[in-house]
Amino acid sequence: MAIGKPSIHPLWLRLVHWTNAAAVVILIMSGWRIYNATGFMGFKFHKDMTLGGWLGGAIQWHFAAMWILFANVVIYAVMSVATRRWSRKYFPLTPKSLWDDVRHFVRGKLSHSDLSIYNSIQKAAYLFAIIDLVVLVVSGLALWKPVQLSWLAVLVGGYEGARRVHFFAMAGICAFIVVHVVMALLVPKTVKAMLWGR
Amino acid sequence: MMNEQIKTDEDAILKEADGLLKDPGKRRLLGNVLTLGGLSLATGVTLEHYGSVKKMLEAVSRFNDGAQALIFNPAAMAHEYTEADVTKPFPFNAFYAKSKAPVVDPATFRLELSGKIADRRPWTLDKLYGLPQTSQITRHICVEGWSAIGKWGGVTFSEFLRRVGADTTCKFVGFKCADGYYTSIDMPTALHAQTLLTFTFGDEILPREYGFPMKLRMPTKLGYKNPKHIVEIWVSNVYPGGYWEDMGYNWFGGS
Repeated sequence: MAIGKPSIHPLWLRLVHWTNAAAVVILIMSGWRIYNATGFMGFKFHKDMTLGGWLGGAIQWHFAAMWILFANVVIYAVMSVATRRWSRKYFPLTPKSLWDDVRHFVRGKLSHSDLSIYNSIQKAAYLFAIIDLVVLVVSGLALWKPVQLSWLAVLVGGYEGARRVHFFAMAGICAFIVVHVVMALLVPKTVKAMLWGR
Repeated sequence: MMNEQIKTDEDAILKEADGLLKDPGKRRLLGNVLTLGGLSLATGVTLEHYGSVKKMLEAVSRFNDGAQALIFNPAAMAHEYTEADVTKPFPFNAFYAKSKAPVVDPATFRLELSGKIADRRPWTLDKLYGLPQTSQITRHICVEGWSAIGKWGGVTFSEFLRRVGADTTCKFVGFKCADGYYTSIDMPTALHAQTLLTFTFGDEILPREYGFPMKLRMPTKLGYKNPKHIVEIWVSNVYPGGYWEDMGYNWFGGS
């Protein structure tokens, strides 16, 4: 262990990240199976891409992983506030800095030299993922408990509204995952940093 | 000469492969792609057929029963809609086709009562229709995801349970149906103000496909928890399970 060398990502963050990754993959794959029971968008997911074997099995997976995601979101929020992570890592984030970084990215000049500092595109992308996960949890709770948590269901357009919000938020997180995984694989040291901290 | 040519090609291939694997970035990329492939195989194929994982998921489902019982607020009412909101036609849904819905003769029908109930005398339909009637227009939510709004009319179930002297300190109320279906609910939901033992649908005698002679309507539970074609009701402290629940659907199934 290299003592004194500061880690890029603290241990708690790395644990939360990989727990989140596993929970979200399980939630997406089982969620596709649940969606397939009434494919209201006019298509169904190929069953080999889904988890659970049948609707009942998929719901078991989904409602087991939801607790992991829920606990994870709570831990992340508490730790982020406690360590002032958001104010240090994510802000300031201005449209100008984002636009500048997009231009750098297009020219292939966006630097990843210091992994402890997020560029504006990273900030925007990770903030999108965090907000999208919150939308997924809220719309998911509204779907699960439209009567007991009716005040939450109202926020997302009632039960039928929550179905749509949950679906499109899922599509959003899938889009994020595709870009995130491709970027991470293109700059493998970021994967190493998220695994071992440096 | 021939051998020499092969040797050269072999060297070139090995050299290229070596170069590829020596570049740490490319090597890691390759490794990462392989790991992702392995992970997807593991989650998709191995885990869901693994016995102990199935047991763990069932245990979480029991935990979720407890969590829902805790969340359940007897005072929380499901939204009630207007006649204009009613879904037409209302979807038919069962584990069989519409034409296979059970035929029950109203003249000879008797509702049987058993378990922890003081007055277990069977009920005729006329006697049931004579109970104080009320109605609700609520959203039926299916576990499959779809929902539909309907109007059901009947007697408040807590009123019925009170009249027959059911032991409401028991944990479960069970239902046996004319089509072989069976299910059970928790006592707090049985006593909820919007839980109705219904005999009408859209102001008409409950049609055969929607559950004649009676359906327990609970807007606080998913569709599969709302039994149709009820022929027997019992009260018990022994977990009675259910048709879908025994196959893996969550028992509480609350909304």
